[in-house]
Amino acid sequence: MMNLKKNEMLYFALRNNKLKVGLAVLIVFVVLTLVGPLLTDYQPMDYVGPLAAPPSSEFWFGTTTFGQDVFTQFVHGLKASFLVGIVGGGLGTLLGMLVGFIAGYRGGIVDEILNTLTNIVLVIPTLAVLLIIVAYLEVRGIFIESVFIGCTAWPWAARAIRAQTFSLRTRDFVDLAKLSGMKPLKIIFTQIAPNMMSYLLLVFILQFGGAVLIAATLDFIGLGPTNAISLGLMMNNAVLWGALLLGIWWWFVPPGVAITAIVGALYVTNVGLDEVFNPKLREM
Amino acid sequence: MRRYFGRKVLIYILTFFLAVTIDWMIPRFMPGNPVDILMARAGSFAEATALMHDYYTKIFGLDVPLWQQYLNFWNALLHGDLGISVYVFPVPVTKVIMRAVPFDVLLLLPAILLSWFAGNWFGAFAARSKRLDNTILPLGYILTATPYMWLAMVLAWALGIVLRIFPISGGYSYAMTPTFSWAFIWSFLQHWFLPFISIFLVKFGGWAIGMRNMIIYELEADYSHYLEALGAPRKLVRKYAFNNAILPQITGLALDLGVIVAGALVTEVVFSYPGIGYLILQAINTRDFFLLQGCFLFIILAVLLANFVIDIAYVLVDPRTRTGMQGESA
Repeated sequence: MMNLKKNEMLYFALRNNKLKVGLAVLIVFVVLTLVGPLLTDYQPMDYVGPLAAPPSSEFWFGTTTFGQDVFTQFVHGLKASFLVGIVGGGLGTLLGMLVGFIAGYRGGIVDEILNTLTNIVLVIPTLAVLLIIVAYLEVRGIFIESVFIGCTAWPWAARAIRAQTFSLRTRDFVDLAKLSGMKPLKIIFTQIAPNMMSYLLLVFILQFGGAVLIAATLDFIGLGPTNAISLGLMMNNAVLWGALLLGIWWWFVPPGVAITAIVGALYVTNVGLDEVFNPKLREM
Repeated sequence: MRRYFGRKVLIYILTFFLAVTIDWMIPRFMPGNPVDILMARAGSFAEATALMHDYYTKIFGLDVPLWQQYLNFWNALLHGDLGISVYVFPVPVTKVIMRAVPFDVLLLLPAILLSWFAGNWFGAFAARSKRLDNTILPLGYILTATPYMWLAMVLAWALGIVLRIFPISGGYSYAMTPTFSWAFIWSFLQHWFLPFISIFLVKFGGWAIGMRNMIIYELEADYSHYLEALGAPRKLVRKYAFNNAILPQITGLALDLGVIVAGALVTEVVFSYPGIGYLILQAINTRDFFLLQGCFLFIILAVLLANFVIDIAYVLVDPRTRTGMQGESA
């Protein structure tokens, strides 16, 4: 039975164009992130070439006004983006699950309190909070940045997971587990969570994309990592050193294209997966 | 309905309280104290250092117990006193912010509202139409995944530098002073267009995609199939689907405000548009923490106010909230 269901999923997954396109784009960028640093002899911050040279066979993406290799910065920046996505998005999802499961399963006063907390954090513009926190930090790494992003991004995930948990906790199999004396935590992880695995995956994908965008925004106003390069930081430098006025488009176009492609591919994958998991959404 | 608003107002009050507390706490509980950080950044003239140290300690009110500092902060806040800006010394922070607000209102209100209406209309139109779904919606995904500042940069470069159609810096021509003349309004509009269109486009993509997905959910719901089985015209079914699909979009607008504001901030930075976003950048660069705190509080207040307006709109649109049944966003 289980096997049949899996095959059916796979059957629809392989036929879903959105899923295929999204995953293909993502794979290209993952490969580029892993292989890219091997293709270049330089370090992202080294001054290695002529100043502001357009793309050429030697400098694939051209150089910055200081003679740094844009391609090298680009592939190292990609790594930073994936790191932020995994750590920030992962943390956001975990916190969302924690709050969502407990609020949804417990109900009553616990739910009331957690729900109020969620709504409060939801209303506060998180970027403004991050701005203030990050502005006071002297040294910032990508990891710290990701953690902060994860800590402010969980509320909508918590809301969504809470709603799902609500609808699952009154089902027969949950009652049965309760009658058999199972502990609440075990019920959540063995009875409720597996039934919304697909949903949790979708939440993680959206959190991943959101974290990448927020990190780019923070980096762009100069609040990014102080000890590494990132795609947002590349754009920040480009604007700061007049790439727009000087027409050095090869400096600021690649990082934006990469972010757009990665986040867009995540969104498309998300909708594709949704269609695979939810038979009602499949187009006839 | 009273219950619905009661909850909402409670949440807003708590949120504001928490936000002010965060605003107060962060400089005080971060590693190192704010005075030392400011001093380290101000450079060191031996005789000036001691003087400035005293001055800053007094300004932050660090010479009294913690609980009193907190009460003083609230007291000053409720009197509209957010301190003196360092960036434009010696103008009060409140005044600096008020100068920037008109630009933000004129930029954000049209961008948010127009993109919301246009996006929803278009998303509803495109749903389940194979041709539009396959051609224009991918564009929507690309737009909604675009970082605001990057779209702004590309537009500024393409339309401002290469084609020279629009100016790319400032809120109006630097040669002018704000007056009520046609020349000034024309200059303002020219500078306004690019920031507006960047924010509009990114959000338009997001709303269109959201609406398209919502409508498909609704069209597959039992009531839609039932209507179809009864032989109702397709247009009527879609209308019912739209009425239901618009509700999550209203909630979505409220939830998304923070992100839109963040996007607007960086868009303003790209165009040196004299709104709050540009102020924040200047505040960060000049270590003007009073201005930063002030901008933060202002954004919180604006977002809370906007949320409240959206809540009212929600009650007007969703009859369930009025009859005491819990609506979708309660």
